[in-house]
Amino acid sequence: MISLHEASYTYPNGGVVALDSMSVEVGEGEIVGVMGQNGSGKTTFTKLLNGLLRPTSGSVFINGRDTSRYSVQALAPHVGYVFQNPNHQVFANTVAEELAFGPLNIGHTPEEVAERVAEAAEFFELGAIMQLHPYRISFPMRKLVGIASIFTMRPQVFILDEPTTGQDHKTSSVIDRLILRLGERGNTVICVSHDMPLIAHVTKRALVMWNGKLIADAPPREIFSDKLIMERTHLTPPQITQLSMRMPGRASRPGALSIAELVASVRSEAMGDPILPRSTHI
Amino acid sequence: MANDPIITITGMSFSYALSDRPALDAIDLEIHRGEYVAVMGLNGAGKTTLGLCLNGIIPHMLMGQQTGTVRVDGHDPSIRVVREMARTVGIVFDNPEFQMSQVTAAEEVALGLENLGVPTVEMPDRIARALRLVGLDGFEDRAPMGLSGGQQQRLAIASVLVMRPSILFMDEPTSNLDPLGKDEIFEIAQRLNRDEGMTVIVAEHEVEVLAEYADRIIVMHQGRIALQGTPAEVLSQVSALSKLGLRSPQVTEFSQALSGPSGHLPITTDETLRWLKDRASRAPA
Repeated sequence: MISLHEASYTYPNGGVVALDSMSVEVGEGEIVGVMGQNGSGKTTFTKLLNGLLRPTSGSVFINGRDTSRYSVQALAPHVGYVFQNPNHQVFANTVAEELAFGPLNIGHTPEEVAERVAEAAEFFELGAIMQLHPYRISFPMRKLVGIASIFTMRPQVFILDEPTTGQDHKTSSVIDRLILRLGERGNTVICVSHDMPLIAHVTKRALVMWNGKLIADAPPREIFSDKLIMERTHLTPPQITQLSMRMPGRASRPGALSIAELVASVRSEAMGDPILPRSTHI
Repeated sequence: MANDPIITITGMSFSYALSDRPALDAIDLEIHRGEYVAVMGLNGAGKTTLGLCLNGIIPHMLMGQQTGTVRVDGHDPSIRVVREMARTVGIVFDNPEFQMSQVTAAEEVALGLENLGVPTVEMPDRIARALRLVGLDGFEDRAPMGLSGGQQQRLAIASVLVMRPSILFMDEPTSNLDPLGKDEIFEIAQRLNRDEGMTVIVAEHEVEVLAEYADRIIVMHQGRIALQGTPAEVLSQVSALSKLGLRSPQVTEFSQALSGPSGHLPITTDETLRWLKDRASRAPA
């Protein structure tokens, strides 16, 4: 679905190498986390995916299309970019209009648009607020509307920029579930986030960016357990992962990713079962 | 500390104009001088409204129905002008970019002093000190918009510190920052509280951080105070918090899952390691 081959990007003024020879393949239905401090190259990577930037060397293919041959508009039906701040995105007078804008804009029939809006309303459970002004609903709901308005474009790939920032626990867990459901539908989701528990929960694969380079591409469990990578990038694993790695006898084992997993592991050891079944689904 | 309230809120309710439910609903609250208080709650629970009542933005600039009284370091914010309240309460919001308006960092910090009519000769020392308190010494001539998000937020803090407030209210100050920027803000808040004796109030979602720093946690729900106490008292109420749509630190939820909701639960990683050790030594052989 996504294929980067030695893709680099150098900003025209100043010559800063924002992305340095990145190669990565992401398949259909994969949910991939992207981690790294600001300035590490995460945003440049996502801008290469939606065609806002073209690689200065190397190549970027989305769904078989070389992005350097397509305009942002032509890529929009394939790659949906959801902004961190929904206020930068939503603008219509009602939620329904907001959801209809994208597909109308690219010339779909009113019937087709109505069908897509209805599907999005159901998927995101927005039925009760469809006729409200986007600024009359809460910030977390506006965030969902922001994602839903990309959903109606039916892109194969969703890029979510810090989807849980500014969200309370309740909405964060709604967003967690939503990301998993997008993956189940077969969508590819690129989730750029500093929210380590989110990455631990929804992804099976994460990319770590540092100084414009991709320095790790591995399951989050491996990344969180790699002290060198964590130190170098100033990232902090989820608290439960840190706890598990500091517990007696566990220093050499990969960290737990969830509370349920660590509880099950401690219980099974208490029952005299020395080897932890390392299932990722508990 | 216990006998020296700096903020006293009595029977305070506030409804925004055109809103059909109160943003604050009969709040009674005392905050003590030098206390570090964290405010938790879902978006819309009333955390921001509470902060805006402290410096008089409510009711002077945001309209609505207000009842009850607020005393902040001897002042009534509903009477004193907002500009003057800035000498008492500094407020920092989640998006520092919205607070930046000047060409250089020093001018950004000077703005508050100019509004207060502070004599020009006093300004350089106060600006230098404010920038030093947030670790931005040497940044005087830098352009605010060219700073990183974390540096901008520190500059926003310096811009209120320069007015020498006794209270700093920060509204989700780190929600737009990367992990490094986040740590810096919480270190500054802790230093201001511990070394400068400032009263610090932070609205924040990250319970793991609050568990480390706060003296007291106030949990707001639908405009009311639903729970309050020390971090240990509040954060170990795993199921009560969960009913309010909030969560406890991961280590606390882990401990409760192992032991059931009985007695004292740890709220930090260090405490949890000790707790596990105690538990192992008590377990029957």
